[in-house]
Parts: sequence; C-alpha cells; structure tokens
Amino acid sequence: MATLDIIARSATTTTPPSIRDMDAVAKLIDVSKCIGCKACQVACSEWNDIRDEVGHNHGVYEAPMDLTADSWTLMRFTEHEKDDGDLEWLIRKDGCMHCAEPGCLKACPSPGAIVQHANGIVDFHQEHCIGCGYCITGCPFDIPRISQKDHKAYKCTLCSDRVAVGLEPACVKTCPTGAIVFGTKEEMKVHADERIVDLKSRGYENAGLYDPDGVGGTHVMYVLHHADKPSLYDGLPDAPVISPMVSLWKGITKPLSLLAMGAAVLAGFFHYVRIGPQRVEEEDERKEAEAHSPGATSTSALSEPAVHTVDPSVQTFDPKQPDGRG
Amino acid sequence: MTNTWTDIANANLVLVMGGNAAEAHPCGFKWVTEAKAHNKARLIVVDPRFTRTASVADYYAPIRIGSDIAFMGGLINYLLTEDKIQHEYVRNYTDVSFVVREDFDFDDGLFTGYNAEKRTYSDKSSWNYEIGEDGFAVVDPTLQHPRCVFQLMKQHYSRYTAELVSQVCGMPHDRMMKVWEEIATCSVPGKTMTILYALGWTQHSVGAQMIRSAAMVQMLLGNVGMPGGGVNALRGHSNIQGLTDLGLLSNLLPGYMTLATDPEQNFDDYIAKRTLKPLRPGQMSYWQNYGKFHVSLMKAWYGEAATAENGYCYDYLPKLDVPGYDVLRMFDRMGRGEVNGYFCQGFNPIAALPDKNRVLKAMTKLKWLVIMDPLVTETSEFWRNVGPYNDVDPADIQTEVIRLPTSCFAEEDGSLVNSSRWLQWHWKGAEPPHQAKSDIEIMSELFLRLRNMYREEGGAFPDPIVNLAWPYKGVVPSAEELAKELNGYAVRDIPDTTGTGGPGVKAGQQLGGFANLKDDGSTASGCWIFCGSWTDQGNLMARRDNSDPYNMKQNLGWAWAWPMNRRILYNRASADPQGKPWAGDKRCIWWTGKAWSGTDIPDYRPDVPPEAGMNPFIMNPEGVARFFSLDKLNEGPFPEHYEPFETPIGINPFHPNNKQVISNPAGRVFDSVWETLADHKEYPYAATSYRLTEHFHYWSKHCRLNAIVQPEQFVEIGEVLAKEKGIAAGDRVRLANKRGHIEAVAVVTKRIRPLQVNGQTVHQIGVPIHWGFVGLARNGYIANTLVPFIGDGNSQTPESKCFLVNLEKV
Repeated sequence: MATLDIIARSATTTTPPSIRDMDAVAKLIDVSKCIGCKACQVACSEWNDIRDEVGHNHGVYEAPMDLTADSWTLMRFTEHEKDDGDLEWLIRKDGCMHCAEPGCLKACPSPGAIVQHANGIVDFHQEHCIGCGYCITGCPFDIPRISQKDHKAYKCTLCSDRVAVGLEPACVKTCPTGAIVFGTKEEMKVHADERIVDLKSRGYENAGLYDPDGVGGTHVMYVLHHADKPSLYDGLPDAPVISPMVSLWKGITKPLSLLAMGAAVLAGFFHYVRIGPQRVEEEDERKEAEAHSPGATSTSALSEPAVHTVDPSVQTFDPKQPDGRG
Repeated sequence: MTNTWTDIANANLVLVMGGNAAEAHPCGFKWVTEAKAHNKARLIVVDPRFTRTASVADYYAPIRIGSDIAFMGGLINYLLTEDKIQHEYVRNYTDVSFVVREDFDFDDGLFTGYNAEKRTYSDKSSWNYEIGEDGFAVVDPTLQHPRCVFQLMKQHYSRYTAELVSQVCGMPHDRMMKVWEEIATCSVPGKTMTILYALGWTQHSVGAQMIRSAAMVQMLLGNVGMPGGGVNALRGHSNIQGLTDLGLLSNLLPGYMTLATDPEQNFDDYIAKRTLKPLRPGQMSYWQNYGKFHVSLMKAWYGEAATAENGYCYDYLPKLDVPGYDVLRMFDRMGRGEVNGYFCQGFNPIAALPDKNRVLKAMTKLKWLVIMDPLVTETSEFWRNVGPYNDVDPADIQTEVIRLPTSCFAEEDGSLVNSSRWLQWHWKGAEPPHQAKSDIEIMSELFLRLRNMYREEGGAFPDPIVNLAWPYKGVVPSAEELAKELNGYAVRDIPDTTGTGGPGVKAGQQLGGFANLKDDGSTASGCWIFCGSWTDQGNLMARRDNSDPYNMKQNLGWAWAWPMNRRILYNRASADPQGKPWAGDKRCIWWTGKAWSGTDIPDYRPDVPPEAGMNPFIMNPEGVARFFSLDKLNEGPFPEHYEPFETPIGINPFHPNNKQVISNPAGRVFDSVWETLADHKEYPYAATSYRLTEHFHYWSKHCRLNAIVQPEQFVEIGEVLAKEKGIAAGDRVRLANKRGHIEAVAVVTKRIRPLQVNGQTVHQIGVPIHWGFVGLARNGYIANTLVPFIGDGNSQTPESKCFLVNLEKV
C-alpha cells in the first residue's frame, strides 16, 4: 500500500509524509434504511476471502453471534418497545468505526502494526502485529479480534485496498437498499442531513448523525432514528472515549515498560552470546507432528463437526482449480 | 406485477401484505426505499409477524394468519361507506353499473349453485350479467339498480363491519382504522398506493380470492393502470413468471391459453368458446384473437404437419378429464400407486410440497425417479436415512433414483422473466462443471431417443411425437433458436395489410409483434405474449439502456417486457376518459390529438380517440375491470372470508351457524386428507411458514457464506407463549401435529404478539422453511412436514401459510 498516504503509525515517532492532500472519506450507515439482510456480511467475507465457521442458532437473528477474526462486520438486532407499546426492530451493522483519533493505534506497542491513512482509514498491518491485544483495550467500540489461527488482530479495513483504487467498500457496493453509502466525509454529512429531515417528517424527533466527538469523529457514521440514545442499538456507546488505561500506558507505564523490555532484550542478547541459539531437536518435532496428525484422538473429533461432511456422491467443485476439482 | 419493479418508486403509499418484500425480495425492495426517500412515500406492513419489512415501515398492523379477506372486505366497506373512492375511475373503468342476473344469490356463506356432495359449485350459470336483447350486458349508469354490481358489492361487504373485522383479524381496532384512513387518502385522483404481495397470499385455500380482494380495493381507489399503483405479485423464483407465461401448468398452453377439456373434441368449438365477443359496444375484447394465437402456436410446434384440414393438429393436444394434473393431484395419485415414474426437473418436492411424510411415502411407490438439478436435493436423497431428519429404512425403498446433473442459470445463455414481466437475456458466465448438461440438452436427447423409438416401433398414437417440428441446426436447440421461435416468424410471405403499401413480411422473417399473427397458418409463434421480443431489430431482451427521459421510471430500453414492451398493464386507465393524465406527476400515456403516447407503450389500441369510448381493460369482453368476477373463480364472484382448513378458532365468525362454510367450501381436499387435519382443541397454535433473507429456498444452504449467516433451523415464538411454556431463547422445541413433527431452536421474540380473535387468545408461531438434510448448513427437519396437503380452490397452491401445531420444550 502507498506509504505516502499514511499519516500515523503505531509506536512510531518519525514524522509521516505530508506532501499529498487527501479528502477524508466516510461510510454512512443509514440504520433507518437497513433491512438487516446481511448482504454486507457476505460481501465482506467474499471480498476479503475470509470464512467463519458454520455456527449455531442461539435463539436470535445474529449469526455469527459476535465479530471474529473471520467476521469483520455483523448485523446486530434489538427489539425495542417504545413507551407507547409500539415495537421497533433496530438493526445495526457493527464493525470498525475508523475513528479520527483511533484508540487501537494509540494503544498498539508494535511499530507499524496499525496505521492511519490520510483519508481516515485505520488499517491493521498484520505482518507487524504481535498479538498482544492492546488494540482491543484501546478500542471504545470493542471491534478488533485476535485470530486463534495466527494470533494476530483483525478488523474491517474499510476495504482500504478497494478505496485506494477508487472503488467503494464491498459492503457499500452490495447493499440493496442504499442504506450504506460512501464518499467524502463532507458529502456524507450532507446526505445524512437530508435523511434526518426525512426521518423527522416521519415522527422521529431525535433523528440525527452519529459521529462521536470523544474519538475525534469517525469515518464510519450512522444515521440513527434515536440519536439521543445510541445505546438502544445493541449497546452502541452513547459517548465513546478511549480507555484511560491507554493514556496511562502511553504516559507513565510505557517508558517504564519499555525500560523493562529493553532489559529483557539485553538479557536475551547476553544469553545468546554466552549459550548460543536454541535448537529444536528432531525428536521434539516428530512428537509435535504426531500430536497433530489426523489419526490422533482429540475431543473435537468426537463432537459433531462444525460443518457436516458432504455426501461422498457429491463432488465438490472449485472454480479456482485448473481442472475444477476441489 | 401489473406494474414494474422500478415503478414502485412512483407510489405515494406502499402496502406490503401477504409478503415480506424486504426479506424475500431485498433487491427489488430498493424501489420502496426510493419511493420513501424521493417521493415521501409511507410504508404500511400488515403481517402476522413484525418482519424486517416492518422494521423500516411507517405503520405496522398485526393480522391473524388467513384472515386477509376479512381485512380487505372491511376496507372495501369502509371506502364505500366513507365515500373514499375515485368516483370517475370507478364509474367509467369498472363494472359497477353492470346488472347481474336475477337468480344470483348469496346466502349464509354460499353463493347459488353449490353442490355440497361434490364440494364444488357445479352450477355457476347465475354468476353472470343480465344480457339484453342486443346481445350486450345490461348496465345502469345511475348505479341505482338493486342488482347492479355496485349495489351487490355494497350489500355483500356491509357485513364486514370494523368491529367484526377487528375481531376476526385479531387486529387492534385503532391500529386498523389508522391503516384504513391512510389507505383511503389514495382515492384522490393521482395519489397512488401500490400493493406488494407474494406467497403470503397465494399459499392459502382462498389465496386467489385474497388477491382479488386486494384488486377490488385498488379499483375503488383508481389505482390500477396508474404509475405507482397496481397489484404486484413478487414472484418467488427468478423465472417463475416465465413458467406460467410458457404454460407449464397442467391445464395451460403458452401465453395463458387453456388446454381443452374432454368434451371439447372439436377444434372449431374449442376456438369459438375462447374467442370472446365484446359484451359492450365499442370494446376491444382482445381474446377475439384467440384463434390467431393458438394456430400460430401449433404451427410453431408442428410445422407443416399442422394444416387447416386437421384443425392444426388439434387432436394431438391432450384433453383434460379433470380440471388439472397439478402437483397435489400427481402426488395423490402417486401415493395410490398410479404413477410409475416421475421426472423432477428443478423441483424438490419432498421439501417444497406440503406434508413431507405423505410425499415421501408416495415417492416410495415409484419405480423410478429422475432428478434433474445442479445440486443434490433432499428429494434426490429421500431414500437415505439421516437420523431423525429423514427417518427411513433404505432397504424398504425400491425406487430407482437417477440423477442427471444440470447446469445452473449462470452456466447457460437464455432469458429469465422477472416479476415485472421483463424478459432479460443473460449470458453464460462459466462452463458447467464435469458432465453437467443444460436442461435443454437433456430433454432434447431424451426427446430424440423417444422419437426414434416411435419411428421404428410405432405405437398407439405416435403422431404427436414423430411430427413435432425440430427445425434446429444442431441436435440441441440453442437458446437463440428457441427465443426466436417463441417470438415467432412468418411461415410464408404475408402481404402488407396496413394499406400503406409496405413490403409485408417475407417467409422466415421474424414477426414484429402479436398483431402480425394469423389464424390461417401463415405465422408461427411459440408464445404469443413473447411476440415482439426478438424481431428484425434483433434480441430486444438483451437491451441494457436504462435511460428514463420522462423521469417516470419506465426505462423502456431496458430488456423487454411482455406484452409489447408495455411496463404498466391497463395503462389507458392512467388517463381520464378525455385522455388526460389524472395527475401531472402520474402521467403514463395520454391522447395527443392523433394517438396515444407517453412515458410507456400504450396497453391499448394506439389510434382510438377517447370519444370512441373504448375502455382500458382490453382483455375483458366488457372493457372494464371486474368487481364481480363472474364465473372465473371457483368460490364465487365476490371474495368471502373463509377460515383456513386448520382454523385456530373453529368457526367462521361471519357465518357462525353454518358449519359447511367454516373453510373454503370449494377448496381442494382429497378424501384421504381429512383425517390428517388438526383440530384447534388438540393443536391450539396457529403456525405459518416463510422464507428468510439469508437463504433461497433449499438451495443456498449448499453455499458456505449463506450457511454462516443463518446456520441452523429455528422457529419464532412470541414472548408471552414462550413464558407460558417455560421456553427460553435458544432452547430446543418440538412442533407437532397429526402429520409429523419438527424440532428446532426457539427464537423468542417480541415481534409476535398474542392476538385477541373472536374472544379468544391466538398464539402464532413462525416456521422458516430453509433447512433439510443436505448442504452445508446444519441438518434440520423439513418444515413442510407440518403443512396440510390442501390446495387453493382455483390454483391448487398448497395452504402453507396456515396450519395448527402443538408446542413443547424438548
């Protein structure tokens, strides 16, 4: 990705490049137009080539139940009974808000693992991620998830790869009702204003834009019918701020911790010089391999598999393979 | 749809009832969003459940499943008594002034002519207009005649008081009145409501009558033929409109022509009966051309073998000994051992048909079953034991199952007809995998083998097979060849008849439209309503020009809509009798002084001036729309509320003392089905089945992404009932009735509330359909295990939307 566009980098003090001017972008999610079809969930997985497990139904419409390293966006459903007894089914697309002041980036101790683009996109560069999970603590919206596979943090990229070449994010492209739109942040605010006028004409006195100040505004914004109570929408924070723990880490703890880390590195260096590198014995590797072979008994093999096996009479077809056989 | 997807954006009010457009048609639903955003339209949802469509609606009203005619009847009564009707439209464009025969009557739930023994109206002769000495229907423009349609309708629906309707529908009175008031605002000329419905109306024992009752409301409001109006069926499959257009129902021929019945052995009589003469002076009565459509069809099918002398091979066509060999009848006969083999082409009956156990048992009686499908289906594996989900012993099943893998739609060229009647050409995106073949290829090879056998070995009546025209270049007809044949071509040179001295049509030339069709054998057309789709100008279905010069969302350059690229049916009614649009922002077609022209193609003769008095409903011999449907439907000329066959209240509150009319007296019930019906005392909960956005029928569970976003079978239960039964969200529950049971996860919701119906509390349970025992989603039970094997009185569509169950926690 073009480094010219990166304006902030985790755990880095060098001045970012600034010769190129870029408009801030934003994705606007109009909750009042959203029909909860989950096409955005599917499009996200399609574009990013990620596949979650086939899970269970837990008595609700959400599936999967929460964001995961393989599910970067998720519809959340809330049944809300108004004071007059009328029912509302509030459906919100959850995912990274791309804060102007990203708590994750601020909290991240690994240089360059989290970057902020000049257009406002906050992106994780997993090759630098050390899997510490501080980004989760730093996030006021509880978005990043650590993968069990590679112990790295994942979240919505706002399709930075698509946006970089002038395309809209995949969820925007697929949304059938135009509930998700994308453009410059200014344009999105104008569009939101029009939507709010319409909602007020339909009796939603408190309709408004969700672009919270506590995180410097966001590059993913919501139009809410009840902007006075964002938490109605499955706990969307009413007034999100970066956790004080992050400031503490950056303020006092970090220099001390860095000192401790420096000491550890030094100790490691002397250990290496004196004793030499650690070698993995062949015997150890063999044991390891045996433990993970398909024949090995494990508890998961006894329980029902997440995806039941396909009938052997059915041949799977993988269009990506030259001969079509999966 | 009478109108078109894009045209929904012209509506002032959108009523979604008998459907759930946001969930089942999310892409088309964008036009509702457009109407709301740019036309300040309001959205009303009437549904037993608070659906995802309701979540974006301005008003929602709950309704008890199966009581839609009561709601619409009450609305008709309300509009008439409050005088909220589009007077000029109703007076000029409908049958209100027509006088009905004196012997017509309606008494405590039954119209005249009922035969209780046969459970059918064996004598419908009184369901007709009084015919004058001049051969035309008698009318009374003052609407005062006690037997004119207006007075009869008023009288019929006077029983549908708001109080009674609220009781029957379980709809709170104030909410119902709010909805009716909002709907009534659309009686102002130029203000329109569109009605969007789907299987929520068709899958009832009175489904066709529900849709008619909606049409009556739209006629009273002057909303048929209007931009942003209409009665709009959102079809459940991408090409199910094409299926009916091409006559793939057992009693139809392509283009909504009808198959003859057993007594109709004479060709001329068959044609004469369907060539409907105008019932009022100056009317078009377009079915007068029936003979041209029919002969052209037979020329397309039998080519040179079809001659005037042999009645264009009339004897080749089967003559029905029963009203139709619909799927319910086929599977009933299969169950009685009367069917040896069955071809299942793109059809998954064990999951799609009602009463899975009955269907499964019927299939075990087959000697062979051929499955043509791109995917493995439950039907193709009906013999496999899948534990509780399909509890069979394969050793007991001797049916030989032959699977023929087919290509899917993206792997072939062709056209699909969508809900808007658009024929949209599509191009092959990939080669079919492995040995999969297109349906056309499989059927062609089968046909050619059969033809050889008949040629070589003869048979009782080989002519219809050996004489079938097969004018294709290769063994397998291409999609292009078939499309051209459906459009039609000149069989021989046809001289110009317009008097303009034009060249006429040369033999072999594609026809420009169905006005070119002849009944003398000089034209061939495989489906007259598709005539105009592939003309000398090429394949009009492949057009993708979305320009909209009038900003009226008609997009005439996008694909091609039957008939003749008209986007709004009956659009002559969008202008007043003088030929001016009822309102500027609802202009569709108008009289320019010389011709009809406008934003759409006139669904009308373009050169008839308004003063000629030809009315907009050109397919009807009377030229007007019918409130009184004559003998066209099997339950009677006016929709009447009948309870579902499995009613949760046990009586029909409109006829509390007549047990004969609790449920549709002319509904389809096979003898062996009565004993499988559940009684509300034993099975008290009213259940309904439906689709979810995340899945498409039983297909998409093969797709991992769909399986991820909706992985496991569930049923929806209201909070009150769940509490009564001690059920928490996520618990497993069991639904059962006399036909079988299913188990699923309970989704406990505020969105289904108990309703007060006829003085008792009715709990409703929602049963999504998508699960089964093949695919990538978790195994589940076939939801239709619970559905009764009962059909609509006209269409034989199963009553999948109303059935009774009992509920318990597992």
